[in-house]
Amino acid sequence: MNRNDGPPDRKKADVGAAIAVDMIGVHKWYGDFHVLRDINLRVGKGERIVICGPSGSGKSTMIRCINRLEEHQQGRIIVDGVELSDDVKRIDEVRRDVGMVFQHFNLFPHLTVLENLTLAPIWVRKLPKKEAEEQAIRYLERVRIPEQAGKYPGQLSGGQQQRVAIARALCMNPKIMLFDEPTSALDPEMVKEVLDTMVQLAEDGMTMLVVSHEMGFARQIADRMVFMDDGQIVEANTPQAFFDHPQHERTRLFLSQILH
Amino acid sequence: MSGGLSTGHDGGAAGFVRERLVAPQPPPVATSGVVAWCRENLFSSPLNAALTLLCVLLVIWVVPPLVKFLFVDAVWDGASRVDCLARPDHPEMGACWAFVIDRINFFTYGFYPIDGRWRVNVFFALLAFGVAWLAWLDAPRRDLGVAYFFVVMPIASIILLLGWPAIGLPRVPTTQWGGILVTIVVATVGIVASLPIGIMLALGRRSRLPAIRLFSVIFIEVVRGVPLITVLFMASVMLPLFVPESLSPDKLLRALIGVAMFSSAYMAEVVRAGLQAIPKGQYEAAMALGLRYRQAMRRVVLPQALTVTIPNIVNTTIGLFKDTTLVFVVGIFDLLKTIEAARVDPNWATPVTSTSGYAFAAIFYLIFCYGMSRYARMVEQRLATDRKSR
Repeated sequence: MNRNDGPPDRKKADVGAAIAVDMIGVHKWYGDFHVLRDINLRVGKGERIVICGPSGSGKSTMIRCINRLEEHQQGRIIVDGVELSDDVKRIDEVRRDVGMVFQHFNLFPHLTVLENLTLAPIWVRKLPKKEAEEQAIRYLERVRIPEQAGKYPGQLSGGQQQRVAIARALCMNPKIMLFDEPTSALDPEMVKEVLDTMVQLAEDGMTMLVVSHEMGFARQIADRMVFMDDGQIVEANTPQAFFDHPQHERTRLFLSQILH
Repeated sequence: MSGGLSTGHDGGAAGFVRERLVAPQPPPVATSGVVAWCRENLFSSPLNAALTLLCVLLVIWVVPPLVKFLFVDAVWDGASRVDCLARPDHPEMGACWAFVIDRINFFTYGFYPIDGRWRVNVFFALLAFGVAWLAWLDAPRRDLGVAYFFVVMPIASIILLLGWPAIGLPRVPTTQWGGILVTIVVATVGIVASLPIGIMLALGRRSRLPAIRLFSVIFIEVVRGVPLITVLFMASVMLPLFVPESLSPDKLLRALIGVAMFSSAYMAEVVRAGLQAIPKGQYEAAMALGLRYRQAMRRVVLPQALTVTIPNIVNTTIGLFKDTTLVFVVGIFDLLKTIEAARVDPNWATPVTSTSGYAFAAIFYLIFCYGMSRYARMVEQRLATDRKSR
């Protein structure tokens, strides 16, 4: 397996210095179905990884293992120095520091945008309400929709909802952000506004693992591309090498299908 | 277009001028007004017309005699059976409301001591206040309302109704309670207990811990698989067999426990349906933000699940309210039992006494249940518009 440690151009020193996520020999089964087979992936702090692959290849499952929305059955996952096990305390610790953005936004429809953003800071981080609200407004400004704070999620467009979801995750001041196909459920004209927000986040140095088929975006921000198929990491490489000289037949086939 | 019209006539470029007027058409069928409404809603097809006629006949057959009995021939004041009997100047007997009015205190308070009845009235007021606070969806501080309804009011009511000699309220054993008081107490306890217990059972049924899940499933299925009347008999007849006489709880309390268990099991299934309606993503998003299970349920899942189930909760509540009459089978003086006891009073023995008593009970239950049903409709409509605007 090609374990390319870090990007060649940017932040090499940082990445070498600290590891954000380390997956070592991870296996997972759904019943008899072997979803993840021997996943080895080391993500440095500040590194941006874009994961692609055909549907059912285990991409989502892999990143959902990182914040324990899915349990792995074999191997080790160490997130920011904390190893995931059955210990609930550790899981909570990891989840506080790992933000996640879902394909279908999963905003809380019974709460306003502002309440969506302050819920976890108030109840998990125990922030005073006023402070949580100020912080929420700051992040709403960052995703450029401060004027929607009082509305309910259902009153926003898909792109706006996804930006709120990103802001909601950021309000917990996470060290790592996971994106599970963040633009797949959006109308085409809304994809760009979400990607722009993510590019901005990448430029600020956030550690990001993104499951996405937006190849232009991937080329722009990724330090490393990871291609998965059939529960395995088939190929991991810099975007340049990945797009221009894919090593494996399966990668070539996938890229030819997705890039037409 | 104009070419097509003109060519047939003179073949030239000149315009077409019509020489004969078109025969006048009948006016269009009216689409507004009484006749149009009837045509559209009552007689739109032969089947509908037949059904309409059938319903009209039914109404004519039922309503006038009912009105005649309940109002026209009814006797409103009187002191004994003589006033309600047929007399030359009052040949047909109607409802004997005089009997109901004479016995209204018994129907309301049962054997509750006369000088303590203000306590029951205060209890009714406390309860009405709590219900209004919770039922009014835009009421201020509904969180306080919940605390009031589920904590303050029950404790205050127990002290008030049962008595606390230390603060000057003489003890009134539950055997002296009766009538509407007992009906309301049983219904309220059943409803108030059923929500929290039902929610816990519903969550327990979806729990990952096998022991909790098994307990919840067994409790719900056993209680739901048995008629309420059996649960009541079990509570009032079987319990004393296992527990020594001195420890055996109060008869009313036993029935209350039976009703609470029964209603909780039903409520659990209603809440479970609501929980299933909430997408898994909501729970996952809460988890991903670091919320604990309890916080995720309390802040994210339950508020949504309970909101969509309000109509069903009210529906179950209506059923429960009516089921409370069954406690009279185990010898508790609810409204129906007091009517049963009063209607055999020789002082009021007339052919219409029983009918009048039962009519009163029917009207009492109708008012409460219809009120709850209207409330459920209102909430439902409001939820529908809320969802549209969101």
